[in-house]
Amino acid sequence: MAEYTLKVRRFQPEATDEDKRGAYWDNFDVELDPTLSVLDGLLQARDGEDGSLAVRCSCRAAICGSCGVKINGQSTLACKTQIGEAAEEAERKADGESTTSETGKPEIVIEPMGNMPVIKDLVVDMESTHWEKYRRVTPWLMPSGPPPEREYIVSAEAMVDVTQSVACIQCGSCVSACLSMEADPDFIGPAALAKAYRFVGDPRDGQTTERLYDLANDQHGIYDCTHCFSCIDACPKGVAPMNQIMRLRRLAGHDHDIQDVNNGRNHELAFVKNIEKKGTLDESLLLQESFAPGIKGKLLPTIRSMKGLIESIPTAIRGIRTGKMRSVPKLIPGVHHKLPGDAQDHVKRIYDKTEESRIELNLYVIGEGGEEEGAPGAEGVRAEDITAAAQAEEVTPS
Amino acid sequence: MKLAYWPGCVSRGFTPELHGSMELTAKALDIELVTLDRANCCGAGVIAEHNQELADTLNARTFALAQDTGLAMMNICSTCQGAQSECQERLDADSAYRAHINETLSGEGLAYTKDKDGFTNKNFLWLLVEDVGLETLKSKVKRPLEGLRVGPFYGCYVIRPKQRLGYDDHPDRDLYLERVIETLGGEVVEYDGARRCCGFPVITMNRETSLKQAGTHVGDAIDAGADCLVTPCPLCHLNLDMQQPEAAKVVGRDLGLAVLHLPQLVGLALGYSPKELGMPKHIASTVAVDDRVAAMA
Repeated sequence: MAEYTLKVRRFQPEATDEDKRGAYWDNFDVELDPTLSVLDGLLQARDGEDGSLAVRCSCRAAICGSCGVKINGQSTLACKTQIGEAAEEAERKADGESTTSETGKPEIVIEPMGNMPVIKDLVVDMESTHWEKYRRVTPWLMPSGPPPEREYIVSAEAMVDVTQSVACIQCGSCVSACLSMEADPDFIGPAALAKAYRFVGDPRDGQTTERLYDLANDQHGIYDCTHCFSCIDACPKGVAPMNQIMRLRRLAGHDHDIQDVNNGRNHELAFVKNIEKKGTLDESLLLQESFAPGIKGKLLPTIRSMKGLIESIPTAIRGIRTGKMRSVPKLIPGVHHKLPGDAQDHVKRIYDKTEESRIELNLYVIGEGGEEEGAPGAEGVRAEDITAAAQAEEVTPS
Repeated sequence: MKLAYWPGCVSRGFTPELHGSMELTAKALDIELVTLDRANCCGAGVIAEHNQELADTLNARTFALAQDTGLAMMNICSTCQGAQSECQERLDADSAYRAHINETLSGEGLAYTKDKDGFTNKNFLWLLVEDVGLETLKSKVKRPLEGLRVGPFYGCYVIRPKQRLGYDDHPDRDLYLERVIETLGGEVVEYDGARRCCGFPVITMNRETSLKQAGTHVGDAIDAGADCLVTPCPLCHLNLDMQQPEAAKVVGRDLGLAVLHLPQLVGLALGYSPKELGMPKHIASTVAVDDRVAAMA
C-alpha cells in the first residue's frame, strides 16, 4: 500500500459556495497499492471522502472507453494508468522540483479531457464534440449493389488493413489531445478520421471515392491535421489516428487525384516533384508550385492560389530585408542547386522504382521489430503480403 | 567527436543562420562535422503522405551515406529527426522490406544496415545532452546567460510519438531543452506552448489554424515574461519567427519575441556574438537578447 494525493480539477455547476464557483482544484489523499489504477484512486476518493466527485467509468479494463481524463497533462484512460506509475511520471516531469503535496504525499494531477466542454468535474460533454464529429464521417458500411444472399465474404488479408482503426473504443483521448482542434474547433479530428479510414479501407464499402471527396473538400477535414503526433501518444489502443489520416491523404491525393479545398494535393505534388528535381527543398519553388502548379496554374490561377501567393509577399519582403532570403536561389524559384555529381540521378532512379511498387508497410500488422524471434507477426506477414492486402479490393459474395 | 552531419534543407534555405551557427558552435564544442552533401531531403512527412516506400528509400539512402562514413549521424532539425525516425522504424522492423529497399539503393553502391544497437541518428539537442554531456557543456561556457529568460519550444517531431523516438532508453528527452537552458546559465520560462505544435505543417493548407497556433504560443511566452524562445526545429522557427508578424494579425495582439535556434543559444553562451550567429537575419527582432548579452560580456 502507498499513499498519494490526487489533485483534481473540479467544476460543480450547481455549487453555491463562493469558492466553488467556476473551476477549482481539490486535493484528495488516497491509500492503495501502486499497481492499482488512477481510476481506483478516484473511486476511493469519491466513496470515502466526497460523493459529489463526478467521474465516468464502467468496465475498469480499458474496454468501454468511459474514463478518459488528463493525468499529469497526458490524455489517457484512468483505468489503464497505474497510480504508482502516474506518481513516478509526475516526479519525472517535475525534473528535480518537488511533487509532494501539502500533506506530504506524492501528487498526481488529474484534469477533465481537453477540447470538450466540462459538464461536471471529470465528466465532459462528448456529445457536442466527439460524437457529432464521429457521425460527420458516416460511420457505417455503405456497400454498393444488391446484398449477397448470405454474408459478405472478405479475405482475411483484405481486412488486415483496417484492423488498427477497428481497435478504437471511442474514449476520446485523441480528441482531448488534438492540437489542431485546439486551434480549429471545427477540425473533424483524429477519432472521426480514424473511423473514416475504417470504412474507406473496407473492401465491402461502395462509397470510397465519395467518402474521400467529402473528407478532402471539407476545409476542416484531412488536410487540417498538423502532424503533431499527440493522438498517437494519447491512444490507449494503438489506433495511431494520425497514421490513418495520412493514409486517407495518400488515397485521396495519389489514388483518387482529388483536388481539395485546402490545397493539400497541390502542396504534396509540388513537394514531391521538387525533391525529384533538386534533391533538397527549393522553398521558393515549393511555394510557387503549391499555389500555382505548372503552366496551367500560372496562366489560369484560382482565386485561392492568388490569395495564397499574395499573402506570402509581406513575409518574403521581410526575409529580403533581414538578409534571410537575399540570394538568387531563394528569390527565383527553380534556381536552387542540384545535389553534387550523379547523386541527383540516383534520387531520380529511386523515384522511378518506388513510384511503381509503392509498398506500404503497416507496423501494426507485422509488429514492432517483427523479424525478431517470438515477436507478434514474426512469421508469415511480409511486405509483399501487405501490399497485396492493401491492394485487394475484391469482395466475393457467397 | 566526429559526426556525419545532415543539416537538412531549411537550415540552408530560409533559415541560413541555423547552419552557420551550428558550424561555429560545433567548433567550440570540439565536434568535427562531416557534411553529407550527397544526401537528400527527409520528405518532412509530406513525401510519406504521397508514397511511403519512396520516403523510406530516400531516407535509407541518407542513412547508408552516413554509414559509409563509419560515423554516427547528427541532424539539426526536429522534423528531419521525426521523419527519418519514422522511416527507420519501418526499415528496422522487417528484413524482407529492408532487402527490397536496399536493392533499389544498390544501383548507387549503397545499403542500409540494421545495427545491433540501432543506427544512430540524433538531433543536436539529444547529442548535446547524451554524448557531449551537460558537465562538459558547462565547462565550455564562457558567457553564462545570467538573467536571460528563455522559453523552450521543442517541436512535435522530437517529442512524439515516444515509442518511436527512443524514449524507452532515454525517457527524459522531453526535458532536455530546460536542462540545456539551465546549464548555459539561463532561466527557464514555463508557459503552455513548450510542447505544443507550431502549426507549420498546415501553413499552406489552413493558414489561420497554423498561424493561430504560432501566435498563441509566442503570446503565452511573452505573458510568462520570456526574453526569447529557443527551438531545435527550423520549421518551427519559420512559423514562430518568420511568420510572427502575420501570426500577430491572426491572434489580434502585438507580439515581437525573439526566437533562437538551439545552436545560437549555445553559441551565445560559448562566447560568439549575436551577429556571428546570424541573429540579425531573424524577422522578430533579437535586439532585446543582444542587449542582455552585451550587458553580460
